[in-house]
Amino acid sequence: MKYVIIGNSAAAIGCVSGIRTIDKNSSITLISDEPHFTYSRPLISYWLKGKVADDKMYYRNSDFYDKNKCTTLLGKKVEKIDLAAKKVIIDDGSTVEYDKLLVATGSSPFVPPVEGLSNARSVFTFLNWDSAKAVKEAVEKDSRVVIMGAGLIGLKAAEGLHEICEDITIVDLADRILPSILDKQGADFVQKHIGKEGIKFVLSDAASSVKGNTISLKSGQKLTYDVLLVAVGVRPNVGLIKDAGGNVNRGIVTDNKQATTLDGVYAAGDCTESFDICTGQNKILALLPNAYMQGEIAGINMAGGDKTFDTAMPMNAIGFFGLHMITAGAMEGECVDLADESNYKKMFFADGLFKGYILIGEISRAGIYTSLIREKTPMDEIDINLLKVSPQLLVFDKKARNQKLAGGK
Amino acid sequence: MRKIYVNEDRCLGCHLCEYYCAFAHSGKKDMVKAFSSESKPQPRLTIEEGDSINFAVSCRHCETPLCVKACITGAMQIDEEGRVFVDESRCVGCYTCILVCPYGSVIPGKEKAIKKCDLCIESGKPACAENCPNLAIVYEER
Repeated sequence: MKYVIIGNSAAAIGCVSGIRTIDKNSSITLISDEPHFTYSRPLISYWLKGKVADDKMYYRNSDFYDKNKCTTLLGKKVEKIDLAAKKVIIDDGSTVEYDKLLVATGSSPFVPPVEGLSNARSVFTFLNWDSAKAVKEAVEKDSRVVIMGAGLIGLKAAEGLHEICEDITIVDLADRILPSILDKQGADFVQKHIGKEGIKFVLSDAASSVKGNTISLKSGQKLTYDVLLVAVGVRPNVGLIKDAGGNVNRGIVTDNKQATTLDGVYAAGDCTESFDICTGQNKILALLPNAYMQGEIAGINMAGGDKTFDTAMPMNAIGFFGLHMITAGAMEGECVDLADESNYKKMFFADGLFKGYILIGEISRAGIYTSLIREKTPMDEIDINLLKVSPQLLVFDKKARNQKLAGGK
Repeated sequence: MRKIYVNEDRCLGCHLCEYYCAFAHSGKKDMVKAFSSESKPQPRLTIEEGDSINFAVSCRHCETPLCVKACITGAMQIDEEGRVFVDESRCVGCYTCILVCPYGSVIPGKEKAIKKCDLCIESGKPACAENCPNLAIVYEER
């Protein structure tokens, strides 16, 4: 059996581990257009900040490829999948044959169609290590930085840059920061905290044109920049599957074994769509844990195993300037507001189930909440009043509790 | 693999496990000195206390640990024996492990890295079980 994996990040590494739970010896070839040993994408903001050194960027120990008998083709871009010949064609003209193929091509930064943006100077994105290196190279202590996008990437970039320069302005079309994970009130709570660090926000506004080093916003306001960072979103890299005739919506379509509609071809990670168990909708869940778990399931099935991935849902743990937040599930249904002065907390219930939560500040043991959502535990089986106080195993009855304490699956 | 198991019917709620856990990871030889130092040592377990029921919760060292799969840096790992451990030098304190652990067993650290039960790997004798006065915590193979 010959396995080929296009990608070298969380989904790809998950796939290697998945394959090796079943098939210890067949060849695995990892192909990535990035030249690096597998590293952690989310660490680029920590690296920018100087809190993570080069040698701590790596996602696995340095013997990972050897131990797992992987051949790597790094700095090589796959241009095409030849389904009939079961091989991938690389940009240097060479080909690699496969029996089972994983496409874990991730996503690319989306650069919005703003007049003058595409040929403006000092414009950067922030998604991989090389882009972070370019930003670090460009920024000086007195740089005026404008970040387009107040999402997870834009704000993490701001945190990293804050260590280097002082003048940072974040612009977003939405009326709040972190619109993908927080409600308005929660976003205001976090914005207040980040604002204390001197970072400025321009919300409900967007760039209409860029000329020279000036950004004109739709409101008429103008911002002058030395470094402009575009972090408005990402687009899944679906081209290889699309060109080969596979099903693609916004992301690559897979079944719950991570198989695409193409024979012998699987997909995992940020390039795919996931089935969100909280809302019952297919959506892009560009989250590292999701990518790893999809990749692992893909690997198991590629190696002849039989395992499905049925627990995808939105979930995030992130912090800015010492303020931590954990969110999971859907912000739908009956909302129970449990915020106090120093901590923010909302829980959402619907149809007798715990659907989602937002915790900002106090985040201890949040995983107990996450597991109740993931497992769709009926709320009439647990002590819901205790649940609202804090995540704890005492919410379960004695039998369920003892099973949990005895177990550890 | 031997793991830590708790029996809530035997737990007195005395918190000794918590203190001995913190002491065992304090790097100090003297308990009094450990707890009078400025950086109070931190336990790697949580005690839950109800009206008439108490018990300690520590890492279950899961067979397929979600924390290891979800870890964004690769700091959380599983060793050849099946023990789940954190390489603190690679943990940035993002708390994704806290987001996914179904037992609430991963604890935010006072410093950057998270804290969790390491089964007292150095001594081989988990301090919580060694010092539980009523056999509510045991370290055994099941």
